[in-house]
Amino acid sequence: MSILVNKNTKLIVQGITGRDGSFHSWKMKESGTNIVGGVTPGKGGQTIHDIPVFDTVEEAVKATGANTSIIFVPAPLAADAILEASEAGIELVIAISEGVPTLDMVKVTPYLKKKGTKLIGPNCPGLISPDESLVGILPGNIFLKGKIGLMSRSGTLTYEMVNQLTTSGLGQSTCVGIGGDPVAGLYYQELLQMFEDDPETEAIVLIGEIGGDAEERAAQYIKEHITKPVVAFIAGQTAPPGKRMGHAGAIISSGTGTAEEKIAAFESVGVPVARKPSEIPELIKKLLN
Amino acid sequence: MKIHEYQAREIFARYGIPVTDWVLCYNEAEVTAAVEKIGLPVVVKAQVLTGGRGKAGGVKFATTLEKAQDATRNILGMKIKEYTVEKLIVADGVEIKSEFYVGLTIDRISKSVLVMASKEGGMEIEEVAKTNPDAILKYPVDPDLGMTPFLARKIAFALFDDYALVKQAASILQKLYQIFIDTDATLVEVNPLVITDKDELYAIDGKMTFDDNALYRQKEIYALNEPTEDELKEIQAKEKGLSYIRLDGSIGCMVNGAGLAMATMDMIKLYGGSPANFLDIGGSSNPRKVIEAMNLLLSDKNVKVVMINIFGGITRCDDVAKGLLIALEQIKTSIPIVIRLSGTNAKEGLEILKETDLTVVETMSEAAQKAISLINAKPLKHTAI
Repeated sequence: MSILVNKNTKLIVQGITGRDGSFHSWKMKESGTNIVGGVTPGKGGQTIHDIPVFDTVEEAVKATGANTSIIFVPAPLAADAILEASEAGIELVIAISEGVPTLDMVKVTPYLKKKGTKLIGPNCPGLISPDESLVGILPGNIFLKGKIGLMSRSGTLTYEMVNQLTTSGLGQSTCVGIGGDPVAGLYYQELLQMFEDDPETEAIVLIGEIGGDAEERAAQYIKEHITKPVVAFIAGQTAPPGKRMGHAGAIISSGTGTAEEKIAAFESVGVPVARKPSEIPELIKKLLN
Repeated sequence: MKIHEYQAREIFARYGIPVTDWVLCYNEAEVTAAVEKIGLPVVVKAQVLTGGRGKAGGVKFATTLEKAQDATRNILGMKIKEYTVEKLIVADGVEIKSEFYVGLTIDRISKSVLVMASKEGGMEIEEVAKTNPDAILKYPVDPDLGMTPFLARKIAFALFDDYALVKQAASILQKLYQIFIDTDATLVEVNPLVITDKDELYAIDGKMTFDDNALYRQKEIYALNEPTEDELKEIQAKEKGLSYIRLDGSIGCMVNGAGLAMATMDMIKLYGGSPANFLDIGGSSNPRKVIEAMNLLLSDKNVKVVMINIFGGITRCDDVAKGLLIALEQIKTSIPIVIRLSGTNAKEGLEILKETDLTVVETMSEAAQKAISLINAKPLKHTAI
């Protein structure tokens, strides 16, 4: 078991003929992901890495029975691509595109809710259930199948953490990069609940960063709903206030969203917070014993 | 991106929001003319892209021309935080009966535009949020419906008893929402919104910030951008695909990915050092980017040691190593460089760097400790955060 993606994932790639879309389709396929189709308007009928390309998501879904879509289109077109996937009945949409205007995401949210579409991202590295399905741009070779569920607002920091876990012999059930934007799809609370409900996951790693109060809310949610052990890490302890640290969401303004507040919130509900990534495996092992 | 109060006033006025009369001035002669045009009393207000102008003495009420001129002499050239005041506005000093707060922002939780309204106007809203959070009313706006007349009225009724004022406020709220949507704002704030002695509502201050991701479709807004020297560096970096923010420490950092870059800075601090910058070279492995990044890092004279932390995903470590070799050939620096390569093609990358005098380490912790030890080896003044 795992969450969100698994052996039954049938993936289409929106923007498959672009540079990133094409490269990562090949990487995902190589790692064993079941990619059933791609979509690029005007390029229907072509194939890329032996994957059939369609003009619309609707056609792709009809022809292949796809249930998941990953989006690589340029940021100005991303919101429309998300809507197109949702309208065509895709259950899970992963938006990799970086730099999507925040109001575009505000506008698509009610429609996704109405259709019951799950969204991850935008501006995220995607997710992986090791040995089952990789949907994203994560380097597949650092993951190890196992019992740790991981969620993170950052890409490369996730790899750093996963590498620490894998080299310590701690495999992962599913690792989800939720993205660094202020308005995004599935977030800590939903994922915490999925990991809680997943019989295979035994412990959860939450990697947060400065900005907003999602970590504080996650801490509250853990206190009320999560029985499995959770370990956290917060990036940005030394970030100066008011500056955007690469991620649009990672901005500390007006004294809220600082690392100290987030660390305090987790520790107050009994979630240990690692001061450096290398402490994570030990903290987990301690909690599991 | 931020804009000045006078620019926010221009936008408000264009949408028909009542704003007190004002004139933008760069010198005393212009202030004298402005006072004649507007009539006394006036408020002289520094125009800088930061908050806290009042506390810094950048806002003065003047009942005579001489006082307005005095204020001008004091304010022009004044330093407010890192900004030097180069322009100010002279605004009508209307008689104020009471002050209110109205602000629109994006709420991450409801994933919608959120209206914040308060009877505690004039104070910094962050202060009110701390001392009296119940005084701030919050209303999420359904993105499909927008600011409907009934929602605007509901918010206005929460602030005002007099129906004439409610109608004025509701109209202002609808216009503010339209501005927010039309300009891809992340914040539109009127603080304070005042009732004058004539029982009319006026915006006597305005603050707006915008979504950097949307500037590509906001040409008019983008034209108002006035970056500081540091911000200019950040913009130039962004054009090259780098995300750079200058800090005041001595360890120059080059990292791939924003989260890892932040964690790297944290690690440096944890071991007692201080980062000179945040620098995310992003997900591509173009060697040119590495060269640009090295140039950028070394243009900061505070940098005493460079720490490179790469975890290859899309970024290939061998490409970073190649770029680094070319960069070092071009730049010829004596500054020590500590490098950690892990992930995609790390082995190949390390092989490329074997013949160099770079300090190669295996983990992020080691890299931070090594970088700090290399600064401490030399007599330097240490900048604390």
